[in-house]
Amino acid sequence: MSEPHSGPLLSLRDLTVEFATRDGTVPVLDRLSIDLDAGATLGLVGESGCGKSMTALAIMGLVPSPPGRFAGGSILFADEDLTRASDAHLRDIRGNSISMIFQEPMTSLNPVYTIGEQIAEVLRRHQDLGRRAAWERAVELLDSVSIPLPGRRAHDYPHQLSGGMRQRVMIAIALACRPRILIADEPTTALDVTVQAQIFDLLQALREETGTAIILITHDMGVVAEMTERVVVMYAGRMVEEGPVRDILSEPHHPYTRGLIASVPHLHAEVSDEPEDLLEIPGIVPSLAEFGQERCLFAPRCPRVSDRCRSEQPLLRGSGGWHKAACWHPEAGPA
Amino acid sequence: MSAVSASGRPVLKVRDLEVRFSVKREGLFAKPSQLYAVDGVSFEIAPGRTLGLVGESGSGKSTTALAAARLIPARRGHVEIDGVDVLSLEGEALRQQRRNVQFIFQDPYSSLNPRLRARDVVREPLDRLGIDSPAERASRVAELFRDVGLRPEQERLFPHQFSGGQRQRLGVARAIASRPKLVICDEPVSALDVAVQAQILNLLRRLQREHGLTYLFISHDLGVVQHMCNEVAVMYTGRIVEQASRVRLFTRPLHPYTRALLSSVPSADPTLDSRAGRILITGDPPSPIDPPQGCRFASRCPIAIERCRSETPPLVAHEPDHRVACHRAGEPIGADATRTH
Ligand SMILES: Nc1ncnc2c1ncn2[C@@H]1O[C@H](COP(=O)(O)OP(=O)(O)OP(=O)(O)O)[C@@H](O)[C@H]1O
Ligand SMILES: Nc1ncnc2c1ncn2[C@@H]1O[C@H](COP(=O)(O)OP(=O)(O)O)[C@@H](O)[C@H]1O
Ligand code: SF4
Ligand code: SF4
Ligand SMILES: [Mg+2]
Ligand SMILES: [Mg+2]
Repeated sequence: MSEPHSGPLLSLRDLTVEFATRDGTVPVLDRLSIDLDAGATLGLVGESGCGKSMTALAIMGLVPSPPGRFAGGSILFADEDLTRASDAHLRDIRGNSISMIFQEPMTSLNPVYTIGEQIAEVLRRHQDLGRRAAWERAVELLDSVSIPLPGRRAHDYPHQLSGGMRQRVMIAIALACRPRILIADEPTTALDVTVQAQIFDLLQALREETGTAIILITHDMGVVAEMTERVVVMYAGRMVEEGPVRDILSEPHHPYTRGLIASVPHLHAEVSDEPEDLLEIPGIVPSLAEFGQERCLFAPRCPRVSDRCRSEQPLLRGSGGWHKAACWHPEAGPA
Repeated sequence: MSAVSASGRPVLKVRDLEVRFSVKREGLFAKPSQLYAVDGVSFEIAPGRTLGLVGESGSGKSTTALAAARLIPARRGHVEIDGVDVLSLEGEALRQQRRNVQFIFQDPYSSLNPRLRARDVVREPLDRLGIDSPAERASRVAELFRDVGLRPEQERLFPHQFSGGQRQRLGVARAIASRPKLVICDEPVSALDVAVQAQILNLLRRLQREHGLTYLFISHDLGVVQHMCNEVAVMYTGRIVEQASRVRLFTRPLHPYTRALLSSVPSADPTLDSRAGRILITGDPPSPIDPPQGCRFASRCPIAIERCRSETPPLVAHEPDHRVACHRAGEPIGADATRTH
């Protein structure tokens, strides 16, 4: 695909989103810088409350306001700053260029319309298709996401479908206008693994076919390893580590990333009789009130903490340019 | 079965358990259909061991557990807890039996009474079942708080003042308060963040070591099951299709569904391309309402044959510690069924 501009397709530059809370204003996203190339795949990981969904909402121009507002930085999409775009223009971008699928498809489908009508409606609104053409295209889209008997299923209401089928319908809607970027926020958390595998295969195939870039939000490192090339680890509104998936999984630099990988009982091919206890990350994610403080926000849970960590904020530092971590005492060696 | 250990009889023994629900069909005068939630399930758990129950959503895991604990009625079957036939108990004997089986549920937010202080949440089963004297109950609560890693001053707080992980610790303390013979953990960490999951899983294992607890452990997360369970039973639409020791189930699965399930789990090992050689199955499980004849996996099975659709494969032992319900158990699954791109 030829680009009208050079450089990344999407670029967050020092993006800061603030929330007004009872205890004052805090950055839910704190000077976040992320680049996404056309056709690339990026994973966004971290515990809940670290700002993953907020990042997605910010890109979509859907930050809830109040309490939220853009407080600095920019979101460059095809060289245009989306933080300054009009609502009408953002709506247009959401329909055509950037789409999103959410964790719980039932809440984002309208229960009173058939799935065919809902897809056709998107096509009519954004692609200027007539009634008939939109319906035919809707059936094609259902077919492309492997819904059996798409012509008949198009007449079904959302509640008549299984969870996996509903999520496939959401993907069909999200891809209806061939977006440049698809953001998937925990798209398979509510699904069984066999169905999850179907959904991921589908996303990969569609990406190969359409060149859509994918941002995948998940807490599952296995999903990241299978689906994405690059990963961003978030903690308390900040990026704490970024790099190629292989490097991050085999040699995480940030103690938080290391903890995230080691605290999960991954499925192993070698099975021991008596597994070791899991490594624990003690404590929990800080509350929003602590976001933005000029120190390492992971310090209370970190096994490598020093005095410096509690008084000075570590900035992202690279090794080889591609793999960066924000830590005063980064780990070396395999996970 | 290996579930009978040297120390004697199994803590839980389930034979031919059946649970059905009547569900209304569309149409005003249609007579209700039968939903086959649990359809002839048998297993045992030896003292101090953990049996994992895995399977897709709706496969009947929770219903099996609820019926075994006699919290919902079984249509047929036999359940023994520590040798006592519980389905025939009545009155006071049934009430006394309740202390022997306790649950830990997925959602620590909704499973604890929000109006009770933490110490009363933990103490409530002891009061209700009349276990120990009131003074003994108070000291038992203090001991339980220590056991699950909560601080004494937290006894006075209400559940909403705890984090998700701490609330699950409360749920654990409450579940083990009556010194039950069997603890049923139904998706105990599914609602928790990854870091907190590890804390609770380590706690459950430590308590098992220290108190010799016996767990029935329900989870859809195969990594968690592999970590926690000595034995694993795989359910599919109301039936156990495979059961084996941890090592055998994860290294030599014989049922096509188990093999598909294991190969669907995304691997975090960056050097391993788990997408190659994946057994990809399509579609969804059949409806448990008036389910099809024969093997219930036949509609999705890559190696199904004519016989599978007419004849139900019985759950038979292939090895002493490995039972499988499949006419073609262990047969190779062709290249056309595995991923090629
Ligand atoms: N009270 C009920 N009335 C009618 N049907 C029910 C009832 N409880 C469960 N079922 C049905 O019985 C079947 C088994 O349900 P069950 O809750 O045991 O599944 P599960 O394996 O625990 O699933 P999950 O992983 O989603 O918790 C499902 O089809 C479910 O819809
Ligand atoms: N509408 C809102 N009002 C107040 N706080 C919010 C709102 N939405 C999200 N937050 C807070 O913002 C932070 C980041 O949230 P989110 O992006 O949803 O995290 P994640 O997706 O990583 O779980 C959390 O502390 C969350 O509680
Ligand atoms: S900066 Fe210090 S406290 Fe923060 S992650 Fe690194 S070592 Fe730990
Ligand atoms: S009995 Fe037949 S359909 Fe069922 S799992 Fe075995 S081969 Fe497949
Ligand atoms: Mg989120
Ligand atoms: Mg259940």
